[in-house]
Amino acid sequence: MTRGAEELGRLGLAEAGDAVGRGEVSARALTEAALARIDATDGKIGAFLRVAPERALAAADAADARARGRTRRSAIDGVPIALKDIFLTRGLETTAGSRILQGFVPPYSATVVERLEAAGAVVTGKLNMDEFAMGSSNENSAFKPCRNPWDLARTPGGSSGGSAAALAARQVHGTLGTDTGGSIRLPASFCGVVGVKPTYGRVSRYGVIAFASSLDQPGPLGRSVRDAALLLQVIAGHDPRDATSSTRPVDDYLAPLEGGARGLRVGVPREWLAGGLEPGVERAVRAALQAYEAMGATLVDVSLPHTRYGIAAYYLIAPAEASSNLARYDGIRFGLRAEARGLRELYAETREQGFGAEPKRRIMLGTYALSSGYYDAYYLRAQKVRTLVRRDFDEAFRTCDLVAGPVSPTVAFRLGEKAQDPLAMYLADVFTITANLAALPGLSVPCGQDAATGLPVGLQLVGRPFDEVTLLRAARALERELPPPALPEVG
Amino acid sequence: MSLSLDEVRRIAALARLRLSAEEELLFQGQLSAVLAHVDELAALDLSGVEPMTHALAAGEPSPLREDELRPSLSPDEALANAPARAGTAFRVPRIIE
Amino acid sequence: MPVSDFQVVLGLEVHAQLLTKTKIFCGCTTAFGGEPNAHTCPICLGLPGVLPVLNARVLELAVLTGLALGCRVKESSVFARKNYFYPDLPKGYQISQYELPICEGGAVPVALGGVEKGVRLTRIHMEEDAGKNVHDVAADGSSGVDLNRAGVPLLEIVSEPDLRSVDEAIAYLKSLRAILMTLGVNDGNLQEGSFRCDANVSVMPRGSEKLGTRCEIKNMNSFRFLRQAIDFEVRRQVALIEEGGKVVQETRLFDPDRGETRSMRSKEEAHDYRYFPEPDLPPVRVPPELVERMRRALPELPHARAARYRRDLALPAHDAELLVAEKETAEWFEAAVAASGGAPEAAKKVANWVNGELARLANESGLAASAWKITPARLAAVLRLVDAGTLGGPGAKQVVEEVFRTGAEPDAVLGARGLAQVSDEGAIEAAVDQVLAASAAEVERYRGGNTKLMGFFVGQVMKLMKGKGNPALVNAVLRRKLGG
Repeated sequence: MTRGAEELGRLGLAEAGDAVGRGEVSARALTEAALARIDATDGKIGAFLRVAPERALAAADAADARARGRTRRSAIDGVPIALKDIFLTRGLETTAGSRILQGFVPPYSATVVERLEAAGAVVTGKLNMDEFAMGSSNENSAFKPCRNPWDLARTPGGSSGGSAAALAARQVHGTLGTDTGGSIRLPASFCGVVGVKPTYGRVSRYGVIAFASSLDQPGPLGRSVRDAALLLQVIAGHDPRDATSSTRPVDDYLAPLEGGARGLRVGVPREWLAGGLEPGVERAVRAALQAYEAMGATLVDVSLPHTRYGIAAYYLIAPAEASSNLARYDGIRFGLRAEARGLRELYAETREQGFGAEPKRRIMLGTYALSSGYYDAYYLRAQKVRTLVRRDFDEAFRTCDLVAGPVSPTVAFRLGEKAQDPLAMYLADVFTITANLAALPGLSVPCGQDAATGLPVGLQLVGRPFDEVTLLRAARALERELPPPALPEVG
Repeated sequence: MSLSLDEVRRIAALARLRLSAEEELLFQGQLSAVLAHVDELAALDLSGVEPMTHALAAGEPSPLREDELRPSLSPDEALANAPARAGTAFRVPRIIE
Repeated sequence: MPVSDFQVVLGLEVHAQLLTKTKIFCGCTTAFGGEPNAHTCPICLGLPGVLPVLNARVLELAVLTGLALGCRVKESSVFARKNYFYPDLPKGYQISQYELPICEGGAVPVALGGVEKGVRLTRIHMEEDAGKNVHDVAADGSSGVDLNRAGVPLLEIVSEPDLRSVDEAIAYLKSLRAILMTLGVNDGNLQEGSFRCDANVSVMPRGSEKLGTRCEIKNMNSFRFLRQAIDFEVRRQVALIEEGGKVVQETRLFDPDRGETRSMRSKEEAHDYRYFPEPDLPPVRVPPELVERMRRALPELPHARAARYRRDLALPAHDAELLVAEKETAEWFEAAVAASGGAPEAAKKVANWVNGELARLANESGLAASAWKITPARLAAVLRLVDAGTLGGPGAKQVVEEVFRTGAEPDAVLGARGLAQVSDEGAIEAAVDQVLAASAAEVERYRGGNTKLMGFFVGQVMKLMKGKGNPALVNAVLRRKLGG
């Protein structure tokens, strides 16, 4: 790729949008550059499952016509982005990272996709992910693994691995992912970028391939807090097609962004720093907490006693809902269809061939948790534990404005390191899962590097319901105080 | 909580998954390990705790849709991704009732 | 023990399709027909990523029905997923209600043999219908799936096992159907499947309190088939018990060709539906304002109307029951009674016409009362002609039929077809004289005691008068002249 393409790749989302607005660069130039960078680097990274050059360039040209006519639709009109392959895109194959949806071309687009395209964003392609969003390392993609641009032998995290890697590798200026148990925050942390999981109900799930209906939330990733906030501003808001979306008005996420951290009460859950963290992670997290104090925030000791039960509750509720959501993949109306002589065989063969090991495992677990005789002991119990997890946070928020801690006990691990031990993989979600269970907003913002490996560490912030404003403001304050480590050169 | 192979088979049948013999054994082990961890929940006192079955905050107005027609897909659009069709119906192996 | 030593116990589950424009969770039409999959969208096709949103009218009709049947309408109820695999169920689960349905309790008024009883309801809930499997769509015997009906809104109305005979069951269904039709909730069509009934059948020794094991019987799409199916099932269960066997709880399909029930092979394995609350739909709230609005919208229900007819118009119970089965018919009836002066005698005559000739013509033509070309005023005119003696029985029938078909005025039809009855005594006497003169032998036999010959004489007079003789007068004149 040309130096020009590479330089354009360094622009943030907001910067690139402003440049188009000022006529300094065309949307077409930005898009061609993005496509060139993807072409040059994705062979190594594997962030994209498919690139859509014609669609992207057509969108770019339309954006340029609007820029010339001074009818730009938004601050991101004409800027190249990419979407996790869990978002339905009309006319563009969508697979959720699974063979069972190979070849599926949706007749409609997700609400969030419609909103982004209505704002003029240029969709360059669909991003790699763990199959049906089930995984923490992108190793469960049926098609190919995704690699961490910081160290190609390591995972980018998951399940929105491609969404984080594409940003860290400067392939595009913004991405969208989904977070059910940490699937935006974890890859953001592993790849040194910002990732936001909005409050449940803040962003529409219509057109998002469902994993766990009461936990899934689409959310933005960006190379800066401002970029993530900008994307969130476009996608947030009530959708009449999603009965679980909130009618609460959308806040202005950008205006208060530079408000600083003075006077903020930052809760530090003692259960989150009680050991079990890699030294590099602990050091970076503590440094971030000190930075908040230096900025005039107060650290408050809080307790989230039910943290340790979160994994158990999550790994009952999410698979249970998933086992039901994945029942529609049967080879009859779309997707993979196996050869079969009878109906029963059609179902069994199609699903056997189409699903990878992790979806099968979770379907089994979920079916069991809901089955007759076990519902009360498993699913119902887990839903009650959810209430307790939420109460923990409600109690904590009486004395603090948000809670801060690690995203993960470790930095990005090696490909293959945890793939054989599902339970070990599940236990890595311990810090992120509670925000999903409690239906609260959370984000990951880079807060340093592990000295031993040079790999990035993310700080997790979790806030009150619908208080993304405070989270973003606090994250931005940290970003100013502790500038994030420079992204690797992937050339 | 350990799963027997019979239970693994029963669940697989309920979920319409045809597991290979290897998969059956693998899942038996892996699922049993997860369920053992999950059994931690049994120790909690949950009396009087309401389940959080719906994550959306109370106080939201009931989401309803007006009884007004919206455009349907054409049969060809509806069948565009169909692996097998018969006319405008989705084709499946013979159903015996 | 013979069958009669056993008591049948019946509970009925009715699935009633709601008369809304669109489906329960999407905006596709509920209209019948259309080529396969012409009335579908991503939501009712169960495509990845779709979400359901409840049709407000479905909720209104559920509340209306609950109020009409005296149920407790719940301020909060919950949708649940019923999980199973079948080609006509695109999502692999049906969105229904399980632990917390929208209505509980209530009763359906049933009148049988002059006795009124309230058959208790267990619950009413909302759910979506499945699509249709079509057989033999290709040479290799493949089946086809048509999802036009997938997502059509249903109310499931479940009775307690309070019914003790097939007659009671049918009376219950007719009453419920009439109520739903009066409310505008359902069109009552059994053949097309918009009003479906499954029966839970069990037997127990007469006098016992302990209910036997029940079987669920499906696929009975007429009252006649329902009777056949239940009768068969009772005999089957009794025979089984007599042989020392045990009734197995199962679902059985009625086979109309054989008049038998048989076990459903595909549903033989005990279904574990793994119900759990539907996470995509928040709990359904029914605000007091909605309840009040639906309460004000309640029309006069069939049994109340029938009671009013019995009381104010002295109509026999059976007549009243027939009239109130359909709201339009009852309203037509009332208008016709008013046009005829409103007295009970007139009401009985009008009822006879409505339940007799007009019912026959309506069935043949498939027209509801509001579409009849014969208006209440026109029937009243016919009745006046009959009272005046201008029209006899047969003549009146012909006039009514013609007015039904063409909408002409009765007077005009009378004139055009020359149907006027002859009530002129002179003309009748002349005809009678002629007949008696030509039938001397019969006259003698009549006077000798064979009074049955009166029918013969009347027939001969009518033949001579081309059927237009006023029957009462013909009889009177004949009697006078024969001296009997």
